[in-house]
Amino acid sequence: MIKPQSAVIIGAGHNGLVCAIYLAKAGYQVQILEANQDVGGAASVYEFADGFQAPGLVNVPYGLNAKICRELQLDLHIQNSPSVEQSISLGEKGEHLILTGNQVSGAGLSDKDVDAYQAFKEEFTRYAQALQPLMINRPPRLKDMDRRDKFTLAKLGWSLRFGLGTESMREFLRVGGINIFDVLNETFDNSQLKAAIAVDAVMGHHMGPRTPNTVLTYLQRLWAQTEASTQLNSGLDTLEALKRAAKSAGVSIRINARVNRIRLENDVAVGVDLESGEQISASVVVSNTDAKTTFLDLVGARNLDAMFCHRVDNIRCKGNVAKVFYGVKSLPKFTGLSADQLNQRLLIAPNIKYVEHAFNAVKYAEHSPNPILEITLPSLQDSALAPKGYHIVSVSASFAPHTHKLGWDSQRKPFVKHISSMLEYYAPGFVDTIEVSQLLTPADIENQFHTSGGHWHHGELSLDQSFMMRPLHGAAQYNTPIKGLYLCGAGTHPGGGITGVPGHNAAQRILETKGKN
Amino acid sequence: MNASNKASVIDYTEVLQPTPFQSRVNDLCLVESWTGWNGYKIARVYDTLTSEYFAIRSTCGVMDLTPMEKYRISGPDALVFLNRLVTRDISSLKDNRVTYVVWCNDEGKVLDDGTIFSLGNGEYRLCAQHHQLDWLLLSSLGFDVTIAEETHDVAALAVQGPTSCSVLSAAGFKGLDKLKPFDISNMTLNNIPVMVSRTGYTGDLGYELWVDPKDALALWDAIFSVADQGLYDVRATGLGALEMVRIEAGFIMPGEDFNTAETAIRADRDRSPFELGLGWLVNFEKPYFTGKRALMEEANRPIQRRLVRLTVEGNKQPTDAFLYNREGGSRIGTVKSCVWSPILKSNLALADIEYSRGAAPKKIWAEIYYQKELEWRAIWSECHISKKPFWTHERSSKTPPGKF
Repeated sequence: MIKPQSAVIIGAGHNGLVCAIYLAKAGYQVQILEANQDVGGAASVYEFADGFQAPGLVNVPYGLNAKICRELQLDLHIQNSPSVEQSISLGEKGEHLILTGNQVSGAGLSDKDVDAYQAFKEEFTRYAQALQPLMINRPPRLKDMDRRDKFTLAKLGWSLRFGLGTESMREFLRVGGINIFDVLNETFDNSQLKAAIAVDAVMGHHMGPRTPNTVLTYLQRLWAQTEASTQLNSGLDTLEALKRAAKSAGVSIRINARVNRIRLENDVAVGVDLESGEQISASVVVSNTDAKTTFLDLVGARNLDAMFCHRVDNIRCKGNVAKVFYGVKSLPKFTGLSADQLNQRLLIAPNIKYVEHAFNAVKYAEHSPNPILEITLPSLQDSALAPKGYHIVSVSASFAPHTHKLGWDSQRKPFVKHISSMLEYYAPGFVDTIEVSQLLTPADIENQFHTSGGHWHHGELSLDQSFMMRPLHGAAQYNTPIKGLYLCGAGTHPGGGITGVPGHNAAQRILETKGKN
Repeated sequence: MNASNKASVIDYTEVLQPTPFQSRVNDLCLVESWTGWNGYKIARVYDTLTSEYFAIRSTCGVMDLTPMEKYRISGPDALVFLNRLVTRDISSLKDNRVTYVVWCNDEGKVLDDGTIFSLGNGEYRLCAQHHQLDWLLLSSLGFDVTIAEETHDVAALAVQGPTSCSVLSAAGFKGLDKLKPFDISNMTLNNIPVMVSRTGYTGDLGYELWVDPKDALALWDAIFSVADQGLYDVRATGLGALEMVRIEAGFIMPGEDFNTAETAIRADRDRSPFELGLGWLVNFEKPYFTGKRALMEEANRPIQRRLVRLTVEGNKQPTDAFLYNREGGSRIGTVKSCVWSPILKSNLALADIEYSRGAAPKKIWAEIYYQKELEWRAIWSECHISKKPFWTHERSSKTPPGKF
């Protein structure tokens, strides 16, 4: 009898789960090792204060990729949860913009902007869809291409040339590498509308609207939405569905099992050593953690080439977003918003200059004096998150540096206080309702979720760290210089978000190489 | 990790820096034939190339070696770091021993060759032809080591030739004849601490002396005083003579016989240790080193080209000659460096040639252009691969080396 292939996966984030299910379905014996107390990685729920649960970092999951949901037959429940597709940009004087799909409405918007928004969303959605062949496959190598690489490139070429058509392709090639600020200025008059779109391009990245590459980050986010399962689901729900699917596929998940080292024999990964000293053997080791942790900490520089290590060390992965959770006594009353609008995604980014200025600070290792805020109220979907009668306000605040020039120790309180006062401005009376709060700086995120730099995407989604260079050249097709060691995390192509695509692509790669590469 | 150097004390208004031996070198350099080496001013020829060559081969030559790049490696991971850097297994390198090494980039292409001196107390000195500090620092990620540039803090002399042991003993070094090849000994000469290693680049008996720059002139004078006593001839020798003897000894020169990987621009211009005939320095049994995976893959493929030692028939030096598989045949390589060897009475060359199906060409012919009274002529000379260094002498490996 042939011994079945076994795989050990480091990290039970959603990509690790997706990869595990695919491998298990293909006959692998799969074990996931999770350092924390719960599965879910950055989307996992934890108690941040007595009785108050924080739903991880994920404010608004743009859902799991539709192909994955279909293939893994995930039983997702349709829920009315906040989505990027339904955002409300709060105006400073109550003049809110409501963005739903490709429609926008709000006081002070010209008809021209309303029409332009629809045209813009339709056009950019087409660009995003055109990238699909590149995203759902391993990124093709440009040198020594195999048949699959050639096929992917051919499909991408076809999709750009004939899917988009001459005019759209020309426009796509014009805007693809430039900054979102210029594109928005060409298209819209209303500065608040520009800001609401720019937030999607810069949030989570070390980029302001004027930074080149921000059209690409916007498209990557749009791609994730357009290819997502149409069943809207919260991060929690996605996780539960993945957990159930993993269980029924026979994946075993171990929590509180921190991996200390990836064990090598004759330069081949043969298993892992846990912090407890326990050794686990497997024919394939898959790391769902970021490239820096995987190579420099778990494999170790002394098992790798010097320049490779240097390039790993140079991956830009310092986080830019801080998270603030509030436990509040009553629902905040935002000026000009009705109670049923509270389960939408709320943005505070009143104009495009505001967004750019927010970014300026982080360039100099300071937090934004006036950060962009993305606000959701997760307890509206899941009342179990807070004690009865209480609510959770979840805020993603950009920009916040990983390492603060003045030291986070002295800056934590003023930063949270400022965010609270911003909320107070838009929702008078908010501060008095605060029962508890917690701030996660990128440095905290790094510690709590075991990801270098505390970056949302395990590494900047810039052109030089994307596609066939993600996380870096030499490890961009999910396999690594170490035989038997693969990457499946957000640091790999096509990057972060709760799409599950990196996990899917990695599993595809492992099955294709039979774990031998 | 940290890097220190004393570059701040150097006067950059001078294009080429004087070495600590400069005042003595100036007095002896009659033909003013100078060249630059790593930013230092170095004599190419002192008086006549022939006399300097024969000093090394028949008596004793002294060469200023100060510009050699020198790095001090220390710290708890020093040895592990060096073993990850180089292709050879140096994990069992003993204190006061020297070893010849080569190091590669990730693709297994040679960056430089050099020597590692185990100085004791977990301290090492790496000597290299070219500047390596950036590569050393880059390689130190994940290792607890301190890397210090000490090129300018250590003056060095090479004392080479059949009488070098006798000359240095006469100068006052005691117990020198007990030093084995690649041994290091810390000695004193007239109260000057001198580190002596039995190493060299000539293929003959020889020593390298390492001192504080402030003691450089005193050391020089002590060695040359032996000549003044009329016992032995001691001559200052320049880079020109060194170039001759190192080819005779079959030693390769990075940057001349092959492109270092750092400087190679075109894809096929860098060379692996196997392609340089340095496969014996590559150890796949040792822990991981930079380039190992690439070299293991390369070792599984038939070798495509190699740097070989050639003896060239006839009396015409094959400078820059093309090599062919037969007279007028197809081109298979080029001569990288060559010399008319006075001691072997033969033309010697180091040449890069293509192998076919992993085997050396059966015949190698050189098309040599030469001048006769300003008129160019061409001849064909057959070349023969030499498996061993062209020239060596048993005294170079004997302990004691004996008196000459």
